[in-house]
Amino acid sequence: MKTQIIKYKNVFLNQTAAVVGSKEREGPLGEKFDSFCEDDRFGQDTWEKSETEMVKRTLESLIAKSKYDWNDIDLMAGGDLLDQCIATSHAVNNNGIPYLGLYGACSTAAEGLIIGSAFVEKGMVVSTVASSHFCSAERQYRFPLEYGSQRTPTAQNTVTGCGSFLLSQNKSNVKITEAVVGKIQDNGISDANNMGAAMATAAIDTLTRYLKNSEKSLEDFDVIATGDLGHEGFELAKEYAKSTGLILGDNFIDCGMMIYDLDTQDVQSGGSGCGCSASVFAADICPRIADGELKNVLLIGTGALLSPKSIIQNKIIPSVAHLVCFERY
Amino acid sequence: MNRKQYIEFAERRAKRTSSVKNCIWAFVTGGLICVIGQLLFFVYSTFMKDEKGAYSLVSVTLVFLAGLFTGLGLFDKLANLAGAGTLVPITGFANAVASPAIEGKSEGYIKGVATQMFVIAGPVIVYGSASSVIYGIIYYIYMMIAGNI
Repeated sequence: MKTQIIKYKNVFLNQTAAVVGSKEREGPLGEKFDSFCEDDRFGQDTWEKSETEMVKRTLESLIAKSKYDWNDIDLMAGGDLLDQCIATSHAVNNNGIPYLGLYGACSTAAEGLIIGSAFVEKGMVVSTVASSHFCSAERQYRFPLEYGSQRTPTAQNTVTGCGSFLLSQNKSNVKITEAVVGKIQDNGISDANNMGAAMATAAIDTLTRYLKNSEKSLEDFDVIATGDLGHEGFELAKEYAKSTGLILGDNFIDCGMMIYDLDTQDVQSGGSGCGCSASVFAADICPRIADGELKNVLLIGTGALLSPKSIIQNKIIPSVAHLVCFERY
Repeated sequence: MNRKQYIEFAERRAKRTSSVKNCIWAFVTGGLICVIGQLLFFVYSTFMKDEKGAYSLVSVTLVFLAGLFTGLGLFDKLANLAGAGTLVPITGFANAVASPAIEGKSEGYIKGVATQMFVIAGPVIVYGSASSVIYGIIYYIYMMIAGNI
């Protein structure tokens, strides 16, 4: 394999937007999101439509905040967790913009940034989006919402949230410089209530590959943020990394632990879902890079590539982690 | 760390809730539901002489209450606190039928409500009925033999 790290010369992040649900609004980053919905329904009568509406509102917010018009966007790339990515495809169907549907489970935000950046290098203006909704995901992957089931402490709470990014060659304070596409990792974990454990090795594998082939070291980054390992996966990743000789310090954080207050909110191990890293980066980390508070940031978007059927059939959870490098420009 | 070691490592450090605490708590909350059932029986049996009828009415009332609480969105919150205490009695079964039915509404009354209603309770009904048939056959054979002796 010749290319380990993809290098981008001319990719700038021009704008971000994030819309979330009520639980995320009550979390530590609550004030930073563009808007939220009190009852998570977004004025719709089904949860699937609610998620679609959330994506629509995020994109509207993104365009409203940016200097661009819908006609300026050359490509839209995005996805979600619902069967065949219906939330996103329904949300973008009236915009008349060429669209690429993506599925990378919770790593979709990072996948979108990597693919979007490649098109930006060709001179295009690209919008990427990733979303998840607790209620529609619960229906699809677990039990009905009103069912009185119990969750294990290692389980994670799907984030109701959508994050969107606008990329182009027009200069801004935030530059996307490098990326590593993750390899599928199969570490033997098949417990859907412990996705953090399934994804932890993928995150470390991608980070190790990056560090091995890059001139940079761990200390060069203000923040190295994994997508949604949750508390369980985060601690596991640190211990696993230690066993491979990689000592992760205080700059190593996890979006799934940032979006909720793990002590007071009933979210078990933390947040998960496409909307987790998407909304945390769109509302918190990227604006902090733009403000100059952070200079070098790594996003390691983690994804547990399970399906409702694969879980019933007790299949192992294949996991992936994509890395995106942000720099203050 | 190889695959086997990793699985063991992950499982070993995974936090678990205390089984003893869960069992005691389920005993208390489940017991409380049974106490409510017993109180209902006392009330019903003062109005009707048929004891079997009163027992049936208790079950019907508890199923109704569980269904109502599910519809009001309170049952899952209660179950979150009570654990297996709400799951094991007949209330858990009512919730398992009512909750997917409510959620199925978005796919319509036929493809949603009716189709999804038994998604969770289905196995209990299928294997419950099947095992009662098997039990019936065994009982029949036993009675045949015992009757001959």
